[in-house]
Amino acid sequence: MEKFKDFKKRTVIAPDGEKIEIDPMKDYYCDAIPTPRKDYDKIPGILENFKNWARSESLWILAYGSGCGAIEMRPLMTPKHDAYRYGIQWRPTPRQANLLMISGYLSVKTLRIVVRAYEQMPSPKYVMGLGSCTINGGMYWDSYNTINRLDHFMPVDTYVTGCMPRPEALIAGFDELKKIIRAGKGVGADKYAENFAWYKENQKKILGDVGLPEYSW
Amino acid sequence: MNPIITKILYALLTVFIIWNIGMVLNGFTRKVYARVNKRYGIRIYQPYIDLIKNYSLDTLVYHGVMYYLGPIFRLTSGVGMVLFIPLIYGSEIFSNFSFAGDAILILYFMFFGTLGMALGSNETGQPYSTIGVARGLAQVTAAEVPLVLAFLSVFIQNQSLSISEIVSVQQGGFMHWTMWTNPMATATAMLAYLGSMMRSPFDVVLAPQEIPIGPPTEYHGSFLAILSTNRPIFAVAKTILFVNMFFGGATNWGMFILKATTLYMWSVVTGTIYPRFRVDQSIRFFLKVPLIMGLLSILLLQFM
Amino acid sequence: MMKEIVNRLKEKFPVTAEIYQRDDLTFVTVEKKYGVDAVAYLKEYEGFTHLVLLTAVDWLEEGEFQLTYLLNNPKAKHDIGLRVRIDRETAEMQTAHHLWPAVTTYEQELNEMFGISFPGSPRQGHRFILDEAWQGPPPYRRDFDTKKYSEETYFPRPGRSKIDPAEHMKKKLYPEGM
Repeated sequence: MEKFKDFKKRTVIAPDGEKIEIDPMKDYYCDAIPTPRKDYDKIPGILENFKNWARSESLWILAYGSGCGAIEMRPLMTPKHDAYRYGIQWRPTPRQANLLMISGYLSVKTLRIVVRAYEQMPSPKYVMGLGSCTINGGMYWDSYNTINRLDHFMPVDTYVTGCMPRPEALIAGFDELKKIIRAGKGVGADKYAENFAWYKENQKKILGDVGLPEYSW
Repeated sequence: MNPIITKILYALLTVFIIWNIGMVLNGFTRKVYARVNKRYGIRIYQPYIDLIKNYSLDTLVYHGVMYYLGPIFRLTSGVGMVLFIPLIYGSEIFSNFSFAGDAILILYFMFFGTLGMALGSNETGQPYSTIGVARGLAQVTAAEVPLVLAFLSVFIQNQSLSISEIVSVQQGGFMHWTMWTNPMATATAMLAYLGSMMRSPFDVVLAPQEIPIGPPTEYHGSFLAILSTNRPIFAVAKTILFVNMFFGGATNWGMFILKATTLYMWSVVTGTIYPRFRVDQSIRFFLKVPLIMGLLSILLLQFM
Repeated sequence: MMKEIVNRLKEKFPVTAEIYQRDDLTFVTVEKKYGVDAVAYLKEYEGFTHLVLLTAVDWLEEGEFQLTYLLNNPKAKHDIGLRVRIDRETAEMQTAHHLWPAVTTYEQELNEMFGISFPGSPRQGHRFILDEAWQGPPPYRRDFDTKKYSEETYFPRPGRSKIDPAEHMKKKLYPEGM
């Protein structure tokens, strides 16, 4: 880890005045890049199929509104649409979520957070892009700070088109995603690990090295 | 077969049954919440699917030894409670490992899991966890005071620390229950029960809308799955403890399920209709009326 | 009323242009070197104690930026916009953050989005609205081609076509022609 050797130890002052030094490598950064699962692209066996069924029937969404589509998610919780009956829940922390919803346009600053949130989710994890902005930039296609296509920065399992898609379209998208997962094709995290260099290159082209560690678990 | 091995096997069977009852009650509760909100609600078996899914996710972060032990402590406290509570009165098999003086051990187990969880969550270094732990411990401790007073009142009344004996005193009719012989202690305990069930109005610690989800912010994958395995066990164990102490125990499985469900619904109904207290509000609540009621219940014993 | 204020201002500073927009809104233009002094005078002596905004307009063809300090007199309910023309190449202006601390934010924004520097102002050069890793030119300058920048940087998806809405609806509603 040549590039990390300059990092200084962070000193934290405890409430009782004691000074604690924190090792920079154990602080924010992880030196291990992700590895794909073994045989992830083979036809899944019975056990894996069962697990995939459970994963598809229990989609926990990271409730992080990255764009205007965050508004479309609220109706899904309400009596009219009630996505809970399809096993969909909202979790407030990336650690407990397995579906990251990119709800519309991604500005450069949001992309930085989204990449870190994605890397912190436990795999197998899925990404769903909402609206035309994630596909080709939508109405912000010539903007100076909105990225144009999401799949250059993280693997996307499903897109839901529209500007913005209606909540019904979102439910249809969940249905589509469930089919993909049950067929054993929800291998985004493994693809990310496999093509890690390419994804990182794309991310760093825009985000630079600022606050973007090699891999944040 | 060696009697102790038989006993262990039956204890495992008990834990399994309790866990299933808890899971179904969990799903049922969320269905009730949904119906009150005029939603269709989750499928009743959704908690099982969530559990399987959580077990089949990766666990990827190492935060230190205590981080691993936190969920284990939590599970131990739930399972430990089940093992030492006589579930079915008069049944050799389902009395488990209850012995004279077990009530003290059970009170200890009730708090033990929370402490383990607090240590584990603090190890993550996540500030939300730390705030959640501080809030959770403050609230649980506040609820524990009236609870212990109510239990103490029952112990003094029966001159016994054994739950089996307390249950046996209550046999022989509806009017023999502690509910009638010591109503003040029962009322106190019912209020303290709400506080320990982590349901509204006392669920600010674990509420997702609060600082993200409180102590288990960093827990994921099978750590989270262990935590959510424990939750139904712990809730039902606590419920059956209260049934034993105040409502005459249970003599068969039908009675067990009926009484446990009814008491469980007490926290569900309260949770459905009351909004959430902040931590300071709930501490103030517990240290006012329930505390005085608990002290009164001990004082009143002198005049009975 | 506003005329009197402008006349008193004229005695102190050379005013190059004045526009009486409304009864309670006036724009005056002063030279760059008198800019901040004129703002300070209006604040201290004429009761324009509230800074509404500080903004810039890019006059690309004339090679100049126009800064507008919009000031408000809360008692008399008057507004005055003090305009300053500065050179587009050097793009430098005295800071006014000693008059209102809030000016710092406006100056930081102008510094970032227009590339106008305010020597001595706090937080100059620190990223504020743009991302920390922003490498391109200041994006609010009119000679900055956002479309070109976006195409070079953000991996555009090929196959994007444009349909004129009027033509499209005409074709759809009257296929045989009007």
